[in-house]
Amino acid sequence: MAEKLPKTDVVIVGMGWAGSIIAAELGKEGLKVVGLERGKERGLKDYYVVHDELRYAIRYELMQDLSKETISFRNNMKERALPMRQLGSFLLGEGLGGAGVHWNGHSYRFLPYDFEIKSKTIEKYGDGKIKGLQLQDWGITYDELEPYFGMYEKVAGISGEDSHFGPERSIPYPTPPMKETPLTKKFKEAAKSLGMHPYHMPSANLSEPYENPYGAKLAGCQYCAFCERFGCEYGAKADPTVAVIPFVRETGNVDIRNYANVTEIIHEGGKATGVKFVDVLTKEEFIQPADMVVLTSYVMNNTRLLLQSKIGKPYDPNSGTGVIGKNYCYQILPGSTGFFEDEQFNTFMGAGALGATVDDYNGDNFDHSDLDFIHGGSISFNQSGARPIASNPVPTGTPNWGADFKAQSIKYYTRSLSVSAQGASMPTKNNYMDLDPTYKDAYGLPLLRLTYDFTDQDRNLYNYIGKIGDQIMLEMGANKVNERSNLESYDIVPYQTTHNTGGVIMGAEPETSAVNNYLQMWDAENVFVVGASAFAHNSGYNPTSTVGALSFRAAEGILKYSKEGGLLA
Amino acid sequence: MAEQNQSTDKKMSRRRFIRNSSYVAGGLVGGGLIGGLIGSNLGNKNQDDAGTQGQQHENGAYQQAPLYFTNPEIFAVLVAATERIYPTDDTGPGANDLGAPFFIDHSLAGSWGNNTREYMQGPFYPGSNFQGYQSPLKRHEVFDTGLAALQRISNEKHDANFADLEGEQQDEILTSFQKDEVELKGVTSKTFFNILRQATIEGVYADPAYGGNTNMEGWKMKGFPGHQMSYYDKIESDEFMKIEPNSLHSYTK
Ligand SMILES: Cc1cc2nc3c(=O)[nH]c(=O)nc-3n(C[C@H](O)[C@H](O)[C@H](O)COP(=O)(O)OP(=O)(O)OC[C@H]3O[C@@H](n4cnc5c(N)ncnc54)[C@H](O)[C@@H]3O)c2cc1C
Ligand code: SF4
Repeated sequence: MAEKLPKTDVVIVGMGWAGSIIAAELGKEGLKVVGLERGKERGLKDYYVVHDELRYAIRYELMQDLSKETISFRNNMKERALPMRQLGSFLLGEGLGGAGVHWNGHSYRFLPYDFEIKSKTIEKYGDGKIKGLQLQDWGITYDELEPYFGMYEKVAGISGEDSHFGPERSIPYPTPPMKETPLTKKFKEAAKSLGMHPYHMPSANLSEPYENPYGAKLAGCQYCAFCERFGCEYGAKADPTVAVIPFVRETGNVDIRNYANVTEIIHEGGKATGVKFVDVLTKEEFIQPADMVVLTSYVMNNTRLLLQSKIGKPYDPNSGTGVIGKNYCYQILPGSTGFFEDEQFNTFMGAGALGATVDDYNGDNFDHSDLDFIHGGSISFNQSGARPIASNPVPTGTPNWGADFKAQSIKYYTRSLSVSAQGASMPTKNNYMDLDPTYKDAYGLPLLRLTYDFTDQDRNLYNYIGKIGDQIMLEMGANKVNERSNLESYDIVPYQTTHNTGGVIMGAEPETSAVNNYLQMWDAENVFVVGASAFAHNSGYNPTSTVGALSFRAAEGILKYSKEGGLLA
Repeated sequence: MAEQNQSTDKKMSRRRFIRNSSYVAGGLVGGGLIGGLIGSNLGNKNQDDAGTQGQQHENGAYQQAPLYFTNPEIFAVLVAATERIYPTDDTGPGANDLGAPFFIDHSLAGSWGNNTREYMQGPFYPGSNFQGYQSPLKRHEVFDTGLAALQRISNEKHDANFADLEGEQQDEILTSFQKDEVELKGVTSKTFFNILRQATIEGVYADPAYGGNTNMEGWKMKGFPGHQMSYYDKIESDEFMKIEPNSLHSYTK
């Protein structure tokens, strides 16, 4: 029998960026909060001996332990889904701070176009343009969300500069952009000479020391090159454990409980009454009663917990009805690797979000009248620090082992550069999530099943944007640019990006969305579901600034609900 | 084989050392386990070769001992295969001199070799090309299976052990594994090859704390400075920089 704990105002499931921000905002206002996190406790003091590529970047020390829980995957409904037995395509977070501990920190705001993508696309190009896409507006506009972007950016201390296509901002970036290096300069000069509008990548690796509104003192980045997939030993990377959690504890109103794996949301008469969780170490079961339940357990588990607990109508791909599990999206990532015969670069230096970007081919910043796809992608050069196990660039045609491989990979380690695009991903009827009929997690509960493949929209975008990246690379002076392989089926193995989205999407109507624009569930008004799970499609940028903005928005909604009750939108 | 002989001129290669030790063990009537272990102290004259000793001391020789493999002939297959994947050449030492086989051995004995942080529950099905690893075998079992198969095929084809073949013959067999032309039980030969290839590269470039990348020679060849606290003062420079590498050991020094 599960032990029943004393009731609390709010229980939060998952303590990454979203969970931490909401805990801070609610704790600050005096609500009693319990934050449940399945992974271990961690903070700055735990990021000491961290410059170890094998342990962190290759063996995924900081990420999800798949022996306890994974997802299953298939490309389409005709296939049998099989478990993702090893991490690969994306790297799920686990432990205090979630994936925010080991992220890069690229920090863009989504475009105004994104939030009203369906109406704006139809308005400009007509109905035919979105055929085959399950496109939706988000139920909120950029202007409405703008102040919340600012709140997030102040907490994370984002270093950046204004850009040509950048949407309007009510506050400047809290800190100036990161350093200009010979390589960011090279990219910018090339892009400029091609008529594009480059700018410095907005970064959550801070360009200078900064104190955020929660009183957290962040350090200036050392460009140490062990950033993506690592914790920052300097506290120079905005990370929930450094920027938010200390304040969460200071409020005195939040009880963070680690090793607490939530298995079910308990509900009665259309409202949640609390959650059930297992202590991962002792295997004891507990019930945490609460007036409000907030899910911030990332795309996968936000979706899974709702399906498992039977809250909200599950999405049915055959009829296109239902909402939980709907509109899973990912990203389309054409890259261009260039080889330089006469130049050698300090590619081994860098920072997670050191780079430069152009948006000339992102969103609807360019005309799509004659194109066979919508949206586009940001195109960036990112000097994140090349490490030797993972970075073995060789010209097309070189074997991947043996003497030639060795010689070429050593030669080009410091003589090749890459430009990469983050292409937007559009929802379709058949890309979705539900519960797996066969495979179970360590607690005997069904795994989440992902059904996903690339579409023609994706392939057309990939080819178009990829060619632009090639042009930039050639203009940067590469003697040779590698041929890009075609975008065929989505493969769960090679790392692509941890920018998974959808499953519990936001919108203006309960028929087509799961949560309203306060991230409140239409079908259970005291349940708030926050994260990239709310994205109705995925944009051509990294997601976290938008997740951060939605977290502040949700916190406001939860506070409002705690006073007034009822549906907020 | 020319390149292998070059390195034996100065110091005894680990590969020959293994062959010698197994030779001695095999020569003992009645067998038993005496001297059967890789690198065990057999009183072999060559082992006291000054070059080897010196090198082993610098390397932290204590780490270069087997924690997983128990059969010298099988370990010799691993040594030979990794050396073909990452050979000694003009650019510098190959997988063997860099200790990659010991890196792999140690990895197989630990969490990675036992897939402890991966989903290993059944049922098992082969899966499509896009569904990733679906074998019920743990990595150490994949290596047992794969290395034994390299030896078997070598014996069948050339009537010789894999480690004693010419480089091109070894490459031919490895290529047939990479192309998935060899039937194995429980895992495909391609999957085995890919893990072997990846592990070899890891052994060459992982921090020396793991038993490979001897004296940071892998990093030096590549121009990777290992662990550095900061490039704050360097990152804006137009100059290409050669920086003496540092390893994790410097955290505790
Ligand atoms: C290598 C890497 C690089 C990245 N780089 C960038 C970047 O440059 N820019 C960017 O914008 N984004 C980046 N991201 C993505 C970014 O990390 C995420 O968008 C962000 O951290 C998500 O925050 P979250 O709070 O929504 O989820 P998470 O950080 O995933 O937090 C969810 C938490 O919930 C916990 N949890 C899950 N299930 C349960 C359960 N049942 N019970 C209890 N707890 C549970 C998890 O353990 C986890 O701690 C990167 C991600 C990775 C992996
Ligand atoms: S690159 Fe900068 S932010 Fe990233 S880990 Fe190093 S010091 Fe920290």
